[in-house]
Amino acid sequence: MIRDEDLLILHPPELTAVERLYLPQILSGFRTTLRHMFNIKRRNRVVVQYPEQKRELRVSNYRGVHRLNKDPDGRIACVACFMCSTACPAHCIHIEAGESPWPDREKYPVKFDIDELRCIYCGMCEEACPCDAIELTPHYDIVGRTREEMIFDKEKLLDVFDRTKDAKPRKNPAVTDYGLTGGQDRSAGLPTAHPKL
Amino acid sequence: MIEALMDFGRWFLANQFTFSILMAAIVLLGPLINGCAICILAERKLSGYIQDRKGPNRVGPWGLLQPLADGIKFILKEDYTPGHVDRPTFILAPAIAFITALLGFVIVPWAGEIHWPWMEPGQTVSTQAASLDVGFLYVLAVGSLAVYGVVLAGWSSNNKYAFYGGMRATAQMLSYEVPLGLALLAMLLIGGSLRLEVLVAEQASTGLWWVAFQPIAFIMVLIASLAEANRAPFDLAECEQELIAGFHVEYGSMKFAMFPLGEYAHMMTSAAIMTAVFFGGWHVWGLTDPADTTLFGALLKFTVFWAKIAAFIGLFMLIRWTVPRFRYDQLMRVAWKSMVPMGLGLVIGNGLLVYMGWHKLLAANLAVNAAVFVLAVIVSAMAKAPVTGRQVYMPAVQVAPGGGRSAAPRA
Repeated sequence: MIRDEDLLILHPPELTAVERLYLPQILSGFRTTLRHMFNIKRRNRVVVQYPEQKRELRVSNYRGVHRLNKDPDGRIACVACFMCSTACPAHCIHIEAGESPWPDREKYPVKFDIDELRCIYCGMCEEACPCDAIELTPHYDIVGRTREEMIFDKEKLLDVFDRTKDAKPRKNPAVTDYGLTGGQDRSAGLPTAHPKL
Repeated sequence: MIEALMDFGRWFLANQFTFSILMAAIVLLGPLINGCAICILAERKLSGYIQDRKGPNRVGPWGLLQPLADGIKFILKEDYTPGHVDRPTFILAPAIAFITALLGFVIVPWAGEIHWPWMEPGQTVSTQAASLDVGFLYVLAVGSLAVYGVVLAGWSSNNKYAFYGGMRATAQMLSYEVPLGLALLAMLLIGGSLRLEVLVAEQASTGLWWVAFQPIAFIMVLIASLAEANRAPFDLAECEQELIAGFHVEYGSMKFAMFPLGEYAHMMTSAAIMTAVFFGGWHVWGLTDPADTTLFGALLKFTVFWAKIAAFIGLFMLIRWTVPRFRYDQLMRVAWKSMVPMGLGLVIGNGLLVYMGWHKLLAANLAVNAAVFVLAVIVSAMAKAPVTGRQVYMPAVQVAPGGGRSAAPRA
C-alpha cells in the first residue's frame, strides 16, 4: 500500500509569457545557429580533412593495431604464456607455443595470430602480458581485401613493431628482458622478476 | 526559309499561349529542377556550417559537383521494388509527390509583362505561364494534392512505419491547410484579387510590401507552408527516431530521390507564392520599374524574384537546422489552437477594414494585426499552461535504513 506521504508529486515548470509565444525562442535559436555558421575560424580549427590531415593521437595510450615487441637482441619478447589469449574477451588471439631455442626462457610462440576483425581493441591483452610483449599502437588505418588478410600473424605483428618503435618505444624493457641480455639499466628499483637460470 | 523561321519565332514569342508554354518549360526545366539539385548541395553545406563542419567538399571545387555525383549515384542504383508492395501505387506515389509540387509554379508572375519590339505598341505578353481567375486558390488546390504522394507512398509500401508516416502526413497537411487558407483569405480581403500578378502589380505601384501590412498573416503562411512541404520542424512523417524514414522507408534509387526533390520543389513553390503575396514579387525599390517591359527589365525582375525565393529557401534551411521537431500533439495544438483562431481573427479584422474602406491604410492594417496579437497573448495567458516537455527538477529521494522512504520536502 502506497501511503500518501510517500508520494512525490512533481509539476513541470510553467512557461513564461515570452516562452509561450514560441517565436522569440526560435529567434534566439537562430542566433546560436548563425553564430556557428559564421564562425569560420572555429570551423577551420575543428575540422580534420582526414586522408590528408590526421588527428594528433596520444601515442602512449591510443589503442590501435597490435604489435609484438622485440627485445634488444631482436628476438620476439613473447614467452607464449597464453595470458593475453585468456584475457581476450573477443577470443581473437591464437597462440601455438613451442620450446624456446634460447636458454633464457622455456617457451616461445611458434605461431601468434591476431584476428584484427574480431578484436575489439580493449587493450586487455596488453594489460595481461607479464613481459610487455604485446602492445597496442597508434596505428588505426589498417585495411585488407579479405578476412584472411586481416588475421595478422607473428611476422606481421613483429613488423608493426619495427614500424612503430620510433614513435612509441617499447615500454620498460628492464622488466621484460629478465636481466639476461646484459647491458640493461635495471636501477629503476624494480625487483628482479625471475632469477637467472 | 530563314525568314519563315524568324517569323515563326516572332509569332511564337509574341503569342501569349505559346509564350506561356515556353515560360513554363523554361522555369520548370531550368531553375526549378536544377534548383532542387542546388538546394540539396546548399542544404548540406549549410547544415555543415551550422554544425561546425565543412559539408561536401571533395567533388569538384568546393564540392560544387556534388549534386551531379548524387544524381549519378541515384540513377545507377538498383531500382528495387519490394515484393510485398502494391506495385502501381508504389510507382505512382513518388511521381505524384514531385508533379504536384511543380504544378503550383504555373501561376507565379515571374517578371511582369514583356513587350517585344515587333509587337504592336501597347501590346504585351505576360511572363506568367497561366493567368488564372482563381489565382492562388489554384495553388491551395494543387498544393493539397501533394498529400496523395505521401499517403499513397505510405499505404502502398505495406509497411507499418511507412503507414504511420503517411497517416501523420495526412492529418498534418489537412490541419495546416486551414490556417494557410485563412491567412491567404485575409490577404485576399486586403488585396481584393486572387490573381498574383494583380497583387504584385499593386505592391509595386505603392512600393509597400504587404508583409508590412499583415505580418501575422505572413508568419502564419510561413509556418503553414513549412508544414505543407513536410519540412522540419514539421517532418513528423519521416521522423527518423520513431519511424526510421517514415513514408519513404521502402523506396530506393531514383524513386526515393523524387521525394526530397518534391520537397524542395514544394518549398520553392511556397516561397514563390509568399514572395508574390507578401514581398512584392519582382519589385525592389529603385531597381525594377513596373512600367519597364523590355526584355532586360523582365530578366532583371526574374532575377529579383529568384533572389527572393533563394532567400526564403535559406530561411527554411536555417529553420530546419535550428528548430527541433515538434511532438505530434504540439503540432496539432499549434495548428488548431493558435493558428486557426488567429487566422479567424485576422479574417474578421480585415473584413471590418474592407467594410470601413480602410484596407489600403498601413496603420489600420497594423492595428488589426496588433489587436489579434494582443488578443492571442491574453488568451494564451489565461489558458491552461501547455505541456512543456521540459525536464522536471527531481529532488533526491532518501531511502531510510528501515526500508521506508522518508520523502524529500514537497514542492
